[in-house]
Amino acid sequence: MSAPLLTRAGVAVCYLVAFWSGFFVMGVELLGGRLLAPSFGSSIYVWGALIAVFMLALSLGYLAGGRYSQRNPSLGKLGILLALAAATALPVLPLSGMPLENLAIAIPDPRFGSLSAAMLLFFIPTFFSGMVSPYCVRLLVDDEQTSGRRAGQLYFVSTFGSAAGTILTSFYFVLWFEVNVILLSLIGTSALLAVLAGIFRGNNR
Amino acid sequence: MMMKSLARLPLLLLLAAAAMPAVAQKLIHSEKSLYRDVLVYEERGERCMCFTRQCRIGRQSCLNLQNPKQFALNYTRMMMGGTLFMGPPPKHILIIGLGGGTLPMALAEILPEAQIDVVEIDPAVTRMAKRYFGFRDGPKMKVIEADGRVYVKRAIRAGQRYDAILLDAFDHEYIPEHLLTREFLAEVKSLLTPEGVLVGNTFSSSQLYDHESTTYAAVFGTFFNLKRENRVIVARPAGLPGSDELRARALDYELALRGFGVDATAVLPLFTTRTDWNTKARVLTDQYSPANLLNK
Repeated sequence: MSAPLLTRAGVAVCYLVAFWSGFFVMGVELLGGRLLAPSFGSSIYVWGALIAVFMLALSLGYLAGGRYSQRNPSLGKLGILLALAAATALPVLPLSGMPLENLAIAIPDPRFGSLSAAMLLFFIPTFFSGMVSPYCVRLLVDDEQTSGRRAGQLYFVSTFGSAAGTILTSFYFVLWFEVNVILLSLIGTSALLAVLAGIFRGNNR
Repeated sequence: MMMKSLARLPLLLLLAAAAMPAVAQKLIHSEKSLYRDVLVYEERGERCMCFTRQCRIGRQSCLNLQNPKQFALNYTRMMMGGTLFMGPPPKHILIIGLGGGTLPMALAEILPEAQIDVVEIDPAVTRMAKRYFGFRDGPKMKVIEADGRVYVKRAIRAGQRYDAILLDAFDHEYIPEHLLTREFLAEVKSLLTPEGVLVGNTFSSSQLYDHESTTYAAVFGTFFNLKRENRVIVARPAGLPGSDELRARALDYELALRGFGVDATAVLPLFTTRTDWNTKARVLTDQYSPANLLNK
């Protein structure tokens, strides 16, 4: 039996990061619908394209995150993944104006136009977000015996975070704030949590 | 909001149950489209297109079965007035939202020279309009299957201009929020000819009223605010006509409109510019557009 990688505080930070990553992904996805609507409308194709891109990016992120976790895993590196997701979400703000308009002109088909737009804006940050969960599993699992339970708890917090991000964004945030303000707040929170993970990186055992 | 509608549910069920034996409402057709249920009901000699079961609220379009030309809904009368009384007969008309198609059909009959383009996102609605409401397309009546906003942008780029643009894409259940923002209205404005007129079928109640008013005012300045159970906003960037001009145009169309059960002069008093909303309400934009959350 190998020694656990994290202290109790480290474990808590790990769960917090997984929760937030789930929250972040769904918050951004819902706002994505808002950002695409002026150029591509809000037909069923647009939501289909958006959801497909998020699912594809997450799935590939899971693969990459699992792979990345095999080399000297640490809470500090987990923080870097979160920071990368936040940083690569920043270009969403300038890209969602004229560049989307031009893309809509270049690709008039509502399906492939919105698919390309969703790819351009959201693939990379969502890919990094997807890396978080499997990486957390590696940090949290101490032994075979508890691995299933740990993975279950991790799915729980991250998917619960997604539910929270969905409901808070769609029911309340859009009623109170502008889309860009919400996006920047999500990105800012990710950055803060990345710093927190960095602070606790010394708690690796 | 969720709590509120849940609390309302038993009452609604009760009302629906109470209403059913009394009124013989017959379901003619129902279809699940890409976007919603499209239902066609017949009741008391009227055939209506609805997007909710039992037509609880928001009849989209109704047809008087004995006299198909008679307008069954008040808002269509106000929309006709807004389209016809503001200036010379419009030659190019854009309608966003087809419904049963009674409005475009009537306009085509009154203005046989006009080219009418209708944008409808839901092909099932277009099918139902043709099958059950006598809607016919042709060289002078084109239906475009597209999102309204996407079409407007495309038309601006193509250099098209319309003398009248009619917005009729909302129902009481759901508002496409990207069609109720300052940016969208500015796009619509730039698609109008210099003397062109905008006619929007919107809401007369709820918190949304204030926000919608300030949003229209931000783009068009003063506008005519026609109110019955619905609200129709009539705006013209070139400025609004005086009451004498409105009356003269109304008289021009008096006979033609009578055929549709519309008393042209009875619509005239509804053309008012009185500000009856909170002018401090936040303007809706692409960045801030919680129209559905405000509409309660």
